Amino acid sequence: MVHQVLFIVFGLICVAGAINLLLQRHPINSALSLVVVMASLALIYLLLGAEFVAAIQVIVYAGAIMVLFVFVIMLLNAGEEERTRGSRVALILGVPGVIILAATVGWLLVTGSGQLGSVTIASSDFGETHAIARLLFKDFLLPFEITSVLILIAIMGAVVLGKRES
Amino acid sequence: MVPLSWYLILSAVLFCLGVFGFLLKRNIITIFMSIELMLNAVNLSFVAFANYWNTHLDKLPSGAQMVPLSGHVFVFFVMVVAAAEAAVGLAIIISVFRTRETLNVDRVNLLKL
Repeated sequence: MVHQVLFIVFGLICVAGAINLLLQRHPINSALSLVVVMASLALIYLLLGAEFVAAIQVIVYAGAIMVLFVFVIMLLNAGEEERTRGSRVALILGVPGVIILAATVGWLLVTGSGQLGSVTIASSDFGETHAIARLLFKDFLLPFEITSVLILIAIMGAVVLGKRES
Repeated sequence: MVPLSWYLILSAVLFCLGVFGFLLKRNIITIFMSIELMLNAVNLSFVAFANYWNTHLDKLPSGAQMVPLSGHVFVFFVMVVAAAEAAVGLAIIISVFRTRETLNVDRVNLLKL
């Protein structure tokens, strides 16, 4: 019962933040509502017993990435969004396509929810940092090393792109 | 006890809102934030399935193997890629703004037919 109430509260905050992201015309307001979405998602991760994921959601997403976004918005002095006509292909094909996709997924999940079963608040040893670390540094060691190379390339790319041409 | 489908429906709703933002917003920074929203929605379904398989391992087909915690590791990798993407993408936005003095995607149309 407590689990359901907490899920509904944080899920509604999450969806409200995402809708607010779409409705706001100023990018800084969109960025702050995205922070709300990420913080409430971190709480939903805690409900699912994913303590480590909830922590890095707050630290990396709500902290580092969103600070980067806010920094760029302020650096470029981004004002209110202009109203322009936009892409006709996106309006004619994209929007109905998304609505059809959402309706299909929703219908499948509502009709098939009996077969799926349910989720409980996990026992305390699931999602612990040391279990994830053991998996990450044993079974997923090669992908982990490759992501470190990816991060290095991303840093170099950002430096090169951000450099002023002289 | 919350049905797994509730989590998946929340994930689908967030993903579709992200796609709407990607299609309808005109500011390049907000479009980029919509992409982050979509990545977050996918992460939510990863974590929900990790929790689900932790308690439903008996439902696996015979012969199949599954480490439920690997869902969390995938979320970790998605976050690493999202961080790298944010760094490079925002650098691209800064250089686009320097050359074209605008953040509106409709005014960045040199390659358009």
